[in-house]
Amino acid sequence: MTATTPAGTASGTSATPTSTTSGGGLAGGRPSPGGTPGPAHTGSAATRVLGLLALVAVGVLVLYGLVISPADREMADSVRIMYVHVPAATLLYVGCFITTVASGLWLWKRTPGWDALAESGAEVGLVFSIVTLFSGSLWGRPTWGTYWVWDARLTSTAVLTALLIGYLALRRLDLDPDARSTRAAVLGLLLVPNVIVVNRSVEWWRSIHQDSTLARLDPTIEGDMLVALMVGFLAMALVFTWLLVHRFRVAWLEQQADRVDLDAALLARRAEAADAEPAPGSAATAGFDPPAGSAPTVPTDAAGAGGPSTGADPTDEKGTPT
Amino acid sequence: MMAMTHGGYVAAVWLGAAALLGGYAVTILRRGRKLSRQVPTEERRWS
Repeated sequence: MTATTPAGTASGTSATPTSTTSGGGLAGGRPSPGGTPGPAHTGSAATRVLGLLALVAVGVLVLYGLVISPADREMADSVRIMYVHVPAATLLYVGCFITTVASGLWLWKRTPGWDALAESGAEVGLVFSIVTLFSGSLWGRPTWGTYWVWDARLTSTAVLTALLIGYLALRRLDLDPDARSTRAAVLGLLLVPNVIVVNRSVEWWRSIHQDSTLARLDPTIEGDMLVALMVGFLAMALVFTWLLVHRFRVAWLEQQADRVDLDAALLARRAEAADAEPAPGSAATAGFDPPAGSAPTVPTDAAGAGGPSTGADPTDEKGTPT
Repeated sequence: MMAMTHGGYVAAVWLGAAALLGGYAVTILRRGRKLSRQVPTEERRWS
């Protein structure tokens, strides 16, 4: 898609729409003295309901996970770490899946919303990957006797986290927005294949990490422990969704703010250009001060380029609004 | 819960996860508020 800004200088992305905003007083990306009407935040009625549900679910998770659920016969109370760790790891996968799908759709459709969703999924996924690694290592210390071991599951999860960090770092490079989003999207496509490696690693390689707890018809836990884990999934999923929606809106606002800044810069540049147009007797011609009666000695290519003309008759200049 | 084995690890995980997720949520909300003031209302389609 070709952008057609008034000056024709946009980077040619659909992420930088071309119309000059009509929002009051947004020059320089700052609010007008009167401010813009409406709530200035990323919340809405839906996110408030979602946030409330998430808080209630987290409260139930605390009740079930720390009080009602019994200690495990082998893991003892460290099983309570699983109610955070397993849902966090699952939502890390979900975040990667969202980023990969949205990256593919952005490469195909070039719609800014997909680009924003890809970035949002990666960032929220990174937060959940940190929770996964942090909780996993603290679970490993009492269970395995070490915080970390270069096991296939742990190592591949660390690689996935590094990939997410690299993805987000790539998005912060000072590049043309279109090229930056394209490169990030290509990297985003690699996330799901990496998730498959992480998920299957306990089967493909000899691993100290336990197998899946729920991925079969007869789960290895039951009763209140199973309920606590299910509540953990629900609570974490609600928190994840709430974070993702808000993060998506932030990404959207960043795109719009960049566009506002671009429009303001173009307007300022055009105003500078208009001010630089020499008027008869203006400062643009004063510096030459040719001797009386002599013809001005100005390189002929300067006038042809549309620069400040110092011809004998400045009133002949073109393009200057009168 | 009072006689919880490995209680320190369990508490560290739960409190750490809550702090990380809560801190991230606050950061997002702040970024959203800051950016919302720079963008016209019509671009905030959820408002």
